[in-house]
Amino acid sequence: MSPIDILAKLWPLILVASALGFGLNLAGLLAYAERKQSAIMQDRIGANRASILGFKLWGLVTMVADAIKMFTKEDFIPKGANKTLHAIAPVVSLGFALLCLAALPFGGMVEFAGRTWSLQPIESPVGLLFVLAMLGLGVHGVMMAGFASGSNYGLLGGLRGAAQMVSYEVCMAATLAGLVFIYGTLDLQQAVLWQGRHVWGICVQPLGFLLFLTAGAAETKRAPFDLPEGESEIVGYFVEYSGMKMGMFMMTDFVESIVLAGLITTLFLGGWQIPFYTPAGLIGGALMLASFVGKVLLVLFVLMQIRWTLPRFRFDQLLHLGWKNVLPLALLNFLATIWLVYARTHS
Amino acid sequence: MISVTTVRRPARTLFVQIYFVEIFKGLMITFRHFFVNLAKHALYAVGLSKESGAVTIQFPDVPAMLGLRARTRHRLLKREDGTPRCTACMCCETICPAKCIHIVAEDSPDVRVEKRAKSFDIDLGLCVFCGYCVEACPVDAIHMDANRVELSAYSRKDMIWNMQELLGDKKKEPSS
Repeated sequence: MSPIDILAKLWPLILVASALGFGLNLAGLLAYAERKQSAIMQDRIGANRASILGFKLWGLVTMVADAIKMFTKEDFIPKGANKTLHAIAPVVSLGFALLCLAALPFGGMVEFAGRTWSLQPIESPVGLLFVLAMLGLGVHGVMMAGFASGSNYGLLGGLRGAAQMVSYEVCMAATLAGLVFIYGTLDLQQAVLWQGRHVWGICVQPLGFLLFLTAGAAETKRAPFDLPEGESEIVGYFVEYSGMKMGMFMMTDFVESIVLAGLITTLFLGGWQIPFYTPAGLIGGALMLASFVGKVLLVLFVLMQIRWTLPRFRFDQLLHLGWKNVLPLALLNFLATIWLVYARTHS
Repeated sequence: MISVTTVRRPARTLFVQIYFVEIFKGLMITFRHFFVNLAKHALYAVGLSKESGAVTIQFPDVPAMLGLRARTRHRLLKREDGTPRCTACMCCETICPAKCIHIVAEDSPDVRVEKRAKSFDIDLGLCVFCGYCVEACPVDAIHMDANRVELSAYSRKDMIWNMQELLGDKKKEPSS
C-alpha cells in the first residue's frame, strides 16, 4: 500500500479528530473572546495580568492559567449526590455537543492524487437530523447534573434547562422545516451545494433565519437565555460541580455555540461556498475551509455581541416567546414556504 | 406651591413588542462602542493616540488619580528651620471623631512655643478621612493631600503611622 492509500484509509479518523480539535480549541478561544469582547465593548481592558516570563499575549495567557486552575482544583462530590450520574453528566453534556461538530461539512470535495477527498467528517443523508438529535440529547446532561447534585438549586436549574431546551428544540426543527422543504434534502453537503447553485438560504428564508437564530441561542443556554445557569439567583444545574467537571459544562456552552454557528453557516450562509468562485484543487480546499471557518467566526462574533447586549428574560417570558411567538411564526413560515414552492412548480 | 408633573409611561408600541427592531437598535449601540473602542485601542497600542479605549486605571502600575480636592493620607508640615510645626495643642486629637490621633506632648526648647509633640501617631485604620484635623489646626501643621492612596498594610499595627513617617523623614516600612 502506498502512503496515499494509508492516508485514504485513515482519512475519516483524521477528519473527525480535526473537527473535535477545531471545536475544543475554538471553545477555549471563545472563553477568551467573551472576556475581551465584552471588555472592549464596555470601555474596559479585560484579562491582562497573567504572564509567562513576561509574555502576556494580550491576556491569552490568562486562559492557560484558567485551564491549569480547572485541572488542579479539588473534584468535590457532595454528600447527598448520586455519584455515578454526577460523574457521567458532564461527559454526556460535552460529548453530544462535540458529536454534532463531526457532521458539519467543513468543505466540499477536493481532487488530489487521483482521488476525491471529502472534507465532511461524517457523510450522512440525514446529517441535519443527526445534528438536531445530538443537540437535543445534550439536555440529558443538564437534567442528570441537576438531579444527581442532591441540591435544590441544582434541581431547579436542571428543570429549567429541560423545559427550555425541549421547548426550543421544537422551535428549531419547525424553523428549519421550510428550508429543508426548499433544499429537498436533509444532507448538509447537498444543502450547501444547493445554495451554490441557487442563492444562500438567508435570501430564501429571512424570517426562518431570525427565528432559527433566536431558537438556537436559547438552545445553547447562553444569555439572554441563560436561565438554567441563572448565576444571580440559583447558580444553576452545575452548582455542585467543581474543577474540570464544571469546566466541561462551561465548554459545552461554547461548543454548542460553535455548532449553532456552524449550522447557521451551513444552512443559511452558503456553508463553505465562496460567492462567484468555484474552488478547485488543494488551494481550493484550503479556501473552502477558510471560508467556512471565517463565516463561523463571524456568526460567533454576532452571537457574542447579542449575549452582551440583551438582558435576561424571565422564565415565563422565555416560554411565552418560544411557544406563542417563535413556534407559530415558524409554522406560518413553513406553510407559506410550502405554498410558494407548490405554486412555482405547478404554474 | 406644589406642582404635579405627570410622567407618561413609554408606550409599548408594536415595534417594541416584536423585539427585533429594539434588539437591532441595542446591537447598533454595542457594535458602535465595540468598533470605536477597538480603533482607539489599536491607535493607542501603536502610539498614534494618547487616549486608550478603556477608562480603567491600572493602579499599581499607574498612579491612581482621584479628584484634586480628595482628602487622602495626612502629612505633617515643618517650619523653615526643619522642626515640626505642631505645637501639641491637642485640637486635632480632640476634634477627631474616630479618635485615631494620639499625641504625647513635651516642653519645647523654643521659648516662643510652649509645647511640641514628642510623638504624633495616626491610626489610618481608624481614620475616616473627614479632614476635621486639618480644619482644627491653628498652626497649619497638618495637611491632607490628594492622591496619596498607598496605605495598605498586612496588619492593623502597620496602619499606625508615627511622626517621622508623617513628616516624610522616614519611609513607611512594614514591621517584620
